[in-house]
Amino acid sequence: MNEAEIVAAILWLALTAYAVLAGADFGGGVWELLATGPRAGDQRRAVAEAMGPVWEANHVWLIFMITGLFTAFPMAFGIVSLALYVPFTLALIGIVLRGAAFAFRAHGREAVGEASAWGVAFGAASVVAPFFLASAVAAVASGSIRVSAGRLISDYTAGWTTPFALVLGLLAVAMCAYLAATYLTVETEGTPLEADFRRRAIAAGLVSGALALACLAVAGESARALVISLLGRGFPLLAIALINGPIALAAVWLSKPRIARVAVVAQVIFVLWAWVIGMWGYLIYPDVTIDNAAAPSSTLTPMLAVIAIGMAFLLPSLWLLFRVFKSRNPAAAIPPT
Amino acid sequence: MDNVTLARATMGTSLGFHIVFAVLGVGMPLLMLIAEGLWLRTHDAVWLTLARRWSKAFGILFAVGAVSGTTLSFELGLLWPRFMAFSGAIFGLPFSAEGFAFFIEAIFLGLYLYGWDRLSPLAHWLTSIPIAVSGALSAVFVVMANAWMNSPSGFHLGSGGQLQSVDPIAAALNASTPTEDPHMLVSAYVVTGFVVAAVYALGLLRGRDDALHRRGLVLGMSMAAVAIVLAGITGDSSARFIYQAQPAKFAALEGQYQTQRGAPIHLGGIPIDSQHRVVGAIELPGLLSFLAAFDTNAEVRGLDSFPPGQTPNPVVVHLSFDTMVGLGILIGLVALLFWILVIRTKQVPRRRPLLWAIVASGPAAVIVMEAGWFVTEFGRQPWVVYGVLRTSDAATTAPALGPTFLVFFAIYVALAVTTARLLVLQARRSRAAQ
Repeated sequence: MNEAEIVAAILWLALTAYAVLAGADFGGGVWELLATGPRAGDQRRAVAEAMGPVWEANHVWLIFMITGLFTAFPMAFGIVSLALYVPFTLALIGIVLRGAAFAFRAHGREAVGEASAWGVAFGAASVVAPFFLASAVAAVASGSIRVSAGRLISDYTAGWTTPFALVLGLLAVAMCAYLAATYLTVETEGTPLEADFRRRAIAAGLVSGALALACLAVAGESARALVISLLGRGFPLLAIALINGPIALAAVWLSKPRIARVAVVAQVIFVLWAWVIGMWGYLIYPDVTIDNAAAPSSTLTPMLAVIAIGMAFLLPSLWLLFRVFKSRNPAAAIPPT
Repeated sequence: MDNVTLARATMGTSLGFHIVFAVLGVGMPLLMLIAEGLWLRTHDAVWLTLARRWSKAFGILFAVGAVSGTTLSFELGLLWPRFMAFSGAIFGLPFSAEGFAFFIEAIFLGLYLYGWDRLSPLAHWLTSIPIAVSGALSAVFVVMANAWMNSPSGFHLGSGGQLQSVDPIAAALNASTPTEDPHMLVSAYVVTGFVVAAVYALGLLRGRDDALHRRGLVLGMSMAAVAIVLAGITGDSSARFIYQAQPAKFAALEGQYQTQRGAPIHLGGIPIDSQHRVVGAIELPGLLSFLAAFDTNAEVRGLDSFPPGQTPNPVVVHLSFDTMVGLGILIGLVALLFWILVIRTKQVPRRRPLLWAIVASGPAAVIVMEAGWFVTEFGRQPWVVYGVLRTSDAATTAPALGPTFLVFFAIYVALAVTTARLLVLQARRSRAAQ
């Protein structure tokens, strides 16, 4: 592995962390929107309590990816920013409204309750953001964004307006909801809410599975290159994902929330990395590669040093955060109504 | 409108919005750290009440700052893809470092905001230290990147315009960094100090003359007084650096059209391009040359000596500069008067005109800071990377920039209104609970 590949691997790891951590926060917004039944209020409160201390830290993985991408692969950043102007702008609007709405609700609940515009904005924006981020991923992976001599030559709708992008966007939303519901069954263990979130996790898991298969089906048309790479180098991980998927769902079904949590997280990782390994070497298939987009080594070396120093502070801090707020079971304290 | 204008309008609005929350993200944690530390030392519950109230308000302010900062990091690419494709490898390093600082700030803020009942008092206080430190570091790193846009270094351009011998450390430590960075950092404390003082001055004016309000006012005015002096010193060295390094910006901020020895300073007035002079200004002969070079006879290069299309708009830059300096001096005098009265009478002054002046100093400090950014950003035009890349060559060619601008403008209005409403409600609720 050369330096550029190491940085690329770190950026993919950051994307993975963002998917399993911030993804669940978006999923929390989905369940906020879909809260029903006699315990709807408690469900919303459980979402808010689970997200409160960690969502801002989870969100920073995205910032880390953006700054890392434009430092290490400036040409790739310029191209995706141009080609995916529309989906990125829509995702950004979602990210801004989701974060602001959550903070407004968390710190001013009496003034902006669930029924207020910010309550609706929180849920709706939590759907919009992952949907358009995933449709941007679809464009990058499908080979529709074309570049020649460092200039974008495809148009501004290439790749993210296809059926594949639509289904992948929906799959991302469903996976976020699946992650969130699975985490919440752990966080509400032993309360009546556990059953609520178990049912939601099963539903989201089934929908995710169906959408994942639909994705593979429609990918043949609009993302042939992705299918070929998933069936090539990515196949071992894809096969593991196909086996792990039912296992994860079974763990949810059999009320083994802790096993389910591990299995669902693993599912996200397997699917993501089947793509990463399947298309390894490419940043924007087929024209922009790790090699032809990389910043010079004189940038990458100090960047890796900054990342090493930064991680030395970051990882213990993250460990502390999750130890304080996620090792016990805060939501169990919520009294049933 | 063309894409360049729309991209500048969108970026400028985003930056102008974000920076208010960003500076509070630098200054507020330090105030919280001090107040909670005083509580640990004295066991005086008033300090704890102050820290807890600030932490509640900060929960909202930080989140709005975080999401608007996210907007900026996206917009760097969405609005200026060519600028980023060119510059990323050179000036990306401080952004990467800032990413980590922001990470640490967000993590410890989570611990701080939600950890009041989960951590011991000492452990809780300790979590405020990384917040304050990484908040300040974030500002330092980000401004390094902006300083590089003013003094690009750490690379060479080949004959075909390709980048050679990129040195991101040299780029981060460019010639503008030593003046621009400290000036921005202390300005963050200026704004926080005056804004916090203004809140408690208003409380005193409304008859809430209790220990909480007096201490809130004194803490705010302490930070404001120290920081405004440092802002003056760092601002002065910044202006002298610009005289050397960016003569067109210097000429614009002073409204200097003709190259001249013994140049006068223009206080106020409006630069009129067609007449090549500033109309309606108070002129103090020789003072500009003296301030720029400590020599009343030093030569100051005028706007007319630059080829067309190489100079910034002197109206915006000069008026912004005079707003920053003029209002900055005024709020500095308010702080001075406050502390003279405190030292003489050994108590917190209750004179209503002074308290009203402190109330006005809060928004005034924000205006001073925004005007400073106008000077930096408009003064660098027509360049996005000074002398290397023109702003007009850096903007995106993507469609629909107009709707993007309108949507984000509407979002910022909604965020500002809601933030203000919730902060007022928080204050009211805290009083009711007392």
